[in-house]
Amino acid sequence: MPVEVVIKALFILAVVIGAFAPILTWVERKQSAVMQDRIGANRADVAGIRILGLFHPVADVIKLMTKEDVVPQGANRVMHLMAPLIAAVPAVISYAVIPFGAVYTFGAREISLVVADPDWGLLYIFAIGSIATYGTIMAGWSSNNNWSMLGGLRASAQMISYEVTMGLSVVGVFMVFQTLKLSDMALAQDSTFRLLGFVDVLFGVPLPAWLDWLRLPHWGIFVQPLAFVMFLTAIMAENKRPPFDMPEGESEIVAGYHTEYSGMRFGLFFMSEFIEVIVIAGLVATLFLGGWAIPYLSQETIIGAISPVLGVGFATGACLVLHVLTFFLKVIAMIWLQMALRWSLPRFRYDQVMDLCWKVLLPLSIANVFVTGLVLLTIQGGSA
Amino acid sequence: MTASVVFFYAFAALAIVSALGMVLNVRNTVASALSLVVTMVALAGIYVLLEAHIVAVFQIMVYAGAIIVLFLFVVMLLNLRTDDFAPGRQKLVKLAAVVIALVVLAELLRLLTTGLPEAPPLPEGYGGYAQVGVALYTDYVLLVEVSGLLLLAAIVGGLILAKRRIG
Repeated sequence: MPVEVVIKALFILAVVIGAFAPILTWVERKQSAVMQDRIGANRADVAGIRILGLFHPVADVIKLMTKEDVVPQGANRVMHLMAPLIAAVPAVISYAVIPFGAVYTFGAREISLVVADPDWGLLYIFAIGSIATYGTIMAGWSSNNNWSMLGGLRASAQMISYEVTMGLSVVGVFMVFQTLKLSDMALAQDSTFRLLGFVDVLFGVPLPAWLDWLRLPHWGIFVQPLAFVMFLTAIMAENKRPPFDMPEGESEIVAGYHTEYSGMRFGLFFMSEFIEVIVIAGLVATLFLGGWAIPYLSQETIIGAISPVLGVGFATGACLVLHVLTFFLKVIAMIWLQMALRWSLPRFRYDQVMDLCWKVLLPLSIANVFVTGLVLLTIQGGSA
Repeated sequence: MTASVVFFYAFAALAIVSALGMVLNVRNTVASALSLVVTMVALAGIYVLLEAHIVAVFQIMVYAGAIIVLFLFVVMLLNLRTDDFAPGRQKLVKLAAVVIALVVLAELLRLLTTGLPEAPPLPEGYGGYAQVGVALYTDYVLLVEVSGLLLLAAIVGGLILAKRRIG
């Protein structure tokens, strides 16, 4: 068992930190360039070969590694050096509970594609995420710089506020799927529901059989659309990238909490935001977009269709590959969405960010919990 | 079994060291508060070893993740580099602290001589969110409601204070 866990953990680390995160620094520049009708990063080359500027992440890392790592005078040295680590580590270990595939049976072996699968997986992510706040606060406080301090203050207020909303906005989702375990949540979305099923259940009008074909995947985004919008907003604000970049606030407080950071320690703050983008994409894909599930083709359907031709073992393996690819396709789609939002929305003002949290998202998410409860009570017994 | 014993001693040592760090750093408020965070996280680790998973998660989410962030927010807002209140601490508080510490120490020493009682086997699903939720909303529903009322009172109090400052 432990060997399997190590392999899965290494796979996730290789994909998320080895491949996705560095490429995201390039994607961010390239996507913004495309959106603003520019060419974007394309100058870094190895022996004249440029391949769309894909060497830029490598050049960035070399630059950051070779720069001087400055600790300002009057700073609290220990905290100043530790803060980037505390910001980066939670972002990385959040990925442990996000399933990137279902459970597959090869003969006597059962392989589930998730590193750790506790019953309280979603709560684990929230708990770990709340620790990441300290990286920002410590960076702001320990730098002995007023701009940093203001950034740290803003970060603590903003992240606390959005943690509350983030938690409340997904309550509806786990009411629907009846679980907090992320692998079970993805499994529950590997099915479909009748689009007009509520007519049957509420009014007792049996639907004609041909309408039975009018089905939607049982995904979070279809059963909890409001929660999807609110959760995405809250978790993006929690990641403090623009338009929610109050703790950095380039136009107001220089660079906020990381004003006094240089070299790879600045790079760690930078990377932790990108890793969090990937975590957000994976989490939103799992909660709202069915995780590894392929719409309209459940796991049994796929294995059942392939196994008569090529055998059960091959069919299961093919299903595994398809599911992993589907999951990362959804992750890429959600990363694209976050980047597109980041480059199209103007920045909020600080008070607008707080108003959005406490006066809009919080009441709406509580209302969502009530409405979801009412609906669930009404259709209990019937199949939605 | 051995792994959990090793983890227990690691978390226990971390909790004790960081608790000492909190007390000894009393003049550096931020360092003191951050030591408290480490204590909370170490306690959460011990809760996990005790199979109380949901308590551990809430320990991190609420105490480490929210309450101490608010402490730090206030400390940073008032820009307390060192504890300006430290010299004025009353003798009575110190006396009470010493008495409580001695009582706890006496109890621990008594347990060392008698040994701990054998723990009963854990019921099915112990420490999961379902069991904790059911217990909270059936056996302890009165306490939940009372604490809800307390929080409401705190919110109203906060609102009144905030309004007064603006007026």
